[in-house]
Amino acid sequence: MDTVLRIILQRLALGLVTLLVVSIVIFVAVNLLPGDFAELILGQGSTPEAVASIRRDLGLDQPMVARYFQWLSGMVTGDLGTSFAQLNFQTNLGGAGGVTVIEQIAPRFSNTLFLAGVTAMIAVPISLILGVLAALYRNSAFDKATNIFTLSSVSSPEFFMAYLLILFLAVLNPILPSLSNIYDGMAFSDRLNKSLLPALTLTLVVMAQMMRMTRAAIINLLASPYIEMARLKGISPIRVIVRHALPNALAPIITVIALNLAYLITGVVVVEVVFVYPGIGQLFVDSVKIRDIPVVQACCLIFAAAYILLNLTADILAIISNPRLRHPK
Amino acid sequence: MTDQLLKIRGLKIEGRSDETWNPIINGVDLDLKKGEVLGLIGESGAGKSTIGLAAMGFTRDGVRISEGSVVFDGVDLVTASAKVKRGLLGKRIAYVAQSAAASFNPAHRIIDQHTEAPTQHHVMSRAESTADGIELYRKLRLPDPENIGFRYPHQVSGGQLQRAMTAMAMSCRPDLIIFDEPTTALDVTTQIEVLAAIREIVEEYDTAAIYITHDLAVVAQMADTIKVLLRGDEVEEADTRTMLSAPTQDYTKSLWAVRSFERPRKPAVVSGAVPVVSVRKIQASYGKIKVLHDVSFDIHAGRTVAVVGESGSGKSTVARCITGLLPPSVGEIAFDGDVLPGDYRKRPKDQLRQAQMIYQMADTALNPRKTIGQIIGRPVQFYTGLTGSDRRRRVDELLNQIELEPSEYFNRLPSELSGGQKQRIGIARALAAEPKFIICDEVTSALDQLVAEGILRLLADLQDKLGLSYMFITHDLATVRAIADEVVVMKEGRVVEQGEKTAMFLPPHHAYTDLLLSSVPEMDPDWLDNLLTERGIDNIGDAAVDKM
Repeated sequence: MDTVLRIILQRLALGLVTLLVVSIVIFVAVNLLPGDFAELILGQGSTPEAVASIRRDLGLDQPMVARYFQWLSGMVTGDLGTSFAQLNFQTNLGGAGGVTVIEQIAPRFSNTLFLAGVTAMIAVPISLILGVLAALYRNSAFDKATNIFTLSSVSSPEFFMAYLLILFLAVLNPILPSLSNIYDGMAFSDRLNKSLLPALTLTLVVMAQMMRMTRAAIINLLASPYIEMARLKGISPIRVIVRHALPNALAPIITVIALNLAYLITGVVVVEVVFVYPGIGQLFVDSVKIRDIPVVQACCLIFAAAYILLNLTADILAIISNPRLRHPK
Repeated sequence: MTDQLLKIRGLKIEGRSDETWNPIINGVDLDLKKGEVLGLIGESGAGKSTIGLAAMGFTRDGVRISEGSVVFDGVDLVTASAKVKRGLLGKRIAYVAQSAAASFNPAHRIIDQHTEAPTQHHVMSRAESTADGIELYRKLRLPDPENIGFRYPHQVSGGQLQRAMTAMAMSCRPDLIIFDEPTTALDVTTQIEVLAAIREIVEEYDTAAIYITHDLAVVAQMADTIKVLLRGDEVEEADTRTMLSAPTQDYTKSLWAVRSFERPRKPAVVSGAVPVVSVRKIQASYGKIKVLHDVSFDIHAGRTVAVVGESGSGKSTVARCITGLLPPSVGEIAFDGDVLPGDYRKRPKDQLRQAQMIYQMADTALNPRKTIGQIIGRPVQFYTGLTGSDRRRRVDELLNQIELEPSEYFNRLPSELSGGQKQRIGIARALAAEPKFIICDEVTSALDQLVAEGILRLLADLQDKLGLSYMFITHDLATVRAIADEVVVMKEGRVVEQGEKTAMFLPPHHAYTDLLLSSVPEMDPDWLDNLLTERGIDNIGDAAVDKM
């Protein structure tokens, strides 16, 4: 177990370093955006003095390096700053009374996690089962139908799949609500009900890759001597695949699942817009529009952290799935 | 005919390549009685494994049984449904594969794989089968039989795994076991243990077996009758003693004759001559693990030094030190009396040119996307600076030297060559640098005996013509006998014995050399019995424990 622990710690440290590098990239990239908050808020007729004054109040006149370290030190202590747009100008700039970035992001992010969670609960098991079945009945009509279905759903634009589902499940057969306007204090079952359509849409989007990787990873192993051995022991085909092939095919499957889960957290803005779902994606796009730099940076960082964390988890699970590392000589 | 177990009639098997079906087996008959052991021998491509699998009603992807019947105890496996076959496989017919390391599932414990067939076929409960497995492990003299099954395959050595796989095949007490080259991948000393274990357990449970191998001496120990195959056809079949003493067919005789190749003795080295390569007290480590301890030996001009030992003895590490891939931590390598830098990157091109290598797996040592002309032409240009038509002429000359027709082979890809031809290309590539010294790393161990003999003869001729020195890494003592002038025996990173070959093959030996020498199977059906009596059965068990 020592080896596994050591590898996990190494990966964790590497993840932190990656996050630090990403934070620099984010900071530089966001600051390279043309236009700034002060110009936008004052409009076209603003005097240079007024712009400079707001910049000074927001700290935008400081050199970039100084601002980066300020941001970084705030982040390390858990302070992501105050949203420009939500600053309370009456209570003195930067003082108490403004809405902090954390307060603004937290509810949105938890909504996003909820939607991603519901989607994962549906998409991952279905993809795995379909992948195993497709590998079992490879080159059969079932295999081909599954491939065509998943490939066409992933190839269509997300909003198109969303509207199709709305048409069939909300308009023609009013089973599910087409608006996903969830809010705090809503009962869990209502929340689930309202999130179901966006979750199904996202399922269609992420399923293809996971299912096809499961199928490919299993089929790839079917020529190995130990699979032949299992068949020569008279083991049934489904058991050969589930017990003998699948455990050895886990590493690539886990990696693809992690990538898709990361996508569910960071890339679902279109679906959020279609269903009016109050997730972090919409907040992010709105903040970019008004150059609300603290929020944009925080969102970027959360996205980056999600990617790194999920890939890290995938790496660790893949390592644990390898008996050579779990049980060293 | 109540004791007839397996009856194969007119078996024809085809394999698909490029959309067409080509015959692999052209109508073979085979009969096996209960408790009888049949040896199937032949070179690679003879169809031994294909027949072995077909005897289980199984064909690999891209292979089909086109005609004939395989009747096992009244059931024709060719026409039986998949379900009927599954009911027999594992339960009444079992399989032992060539590479146990590859044929055990890496994701499950050995015992879980052992109990799978009995529980799936409802022969025994899991607990019963586990207890039975432990009993079988004990019978097969595996070390620590109570616990070894609870390890994962990668935690157990190759020879032990091979025995565990034999135990697994025995788990349902089948009537028939197909052994497909079960000891080919093992060292000679390990091979003995596995052979003895297999034979004992097959006798004890009166199991019939088809024993597939290319090694005549091995089959002589194991089989009651021997069937010789050549490219999908039966050459002849007879009981083992008759077959060994009086083969009737020319092909069988030629197989028997291979082992007789031996080079004439060379004159002794002039005392005071400077050796081509001198390995002086080198030590080397991989990380913290020290793998070589004070290894020293000399290789003189025009002579062949065989470095022998089991896997893990440090043979290949010495080669890595000489070529500079692994700089020794202590000691030095001298070439023609000049000490070489330890790291190959610090050696001048001319020194690099002088020492070349030929590898065990010609398959993986040749770039599959380059033509033969490019593979040989590249070192010609790199080391000798020849270009254009000069380079082409030199490549042709090299191809002639390895007895391949230049016009025919120049533009071919490695995939269009046979195993022996690929190894010849490996030799030509080494010769392209015009070296004085060549390291041959197990160059014949992946080849059939007839082909291997051809390679050995070629190397011997080249040595006579070009005055080359060879370092011959091998674990096969027959090869040593055929080609070496001097022998260096290694064990656990140390040289345990060295000297002239003629002296080495005569007693008294170092105990380890003796073990190696006596473990090489001989073409005498009583050899294994005699050896086991001589060593005492317990010795083998002890040897297995020592290996832990």
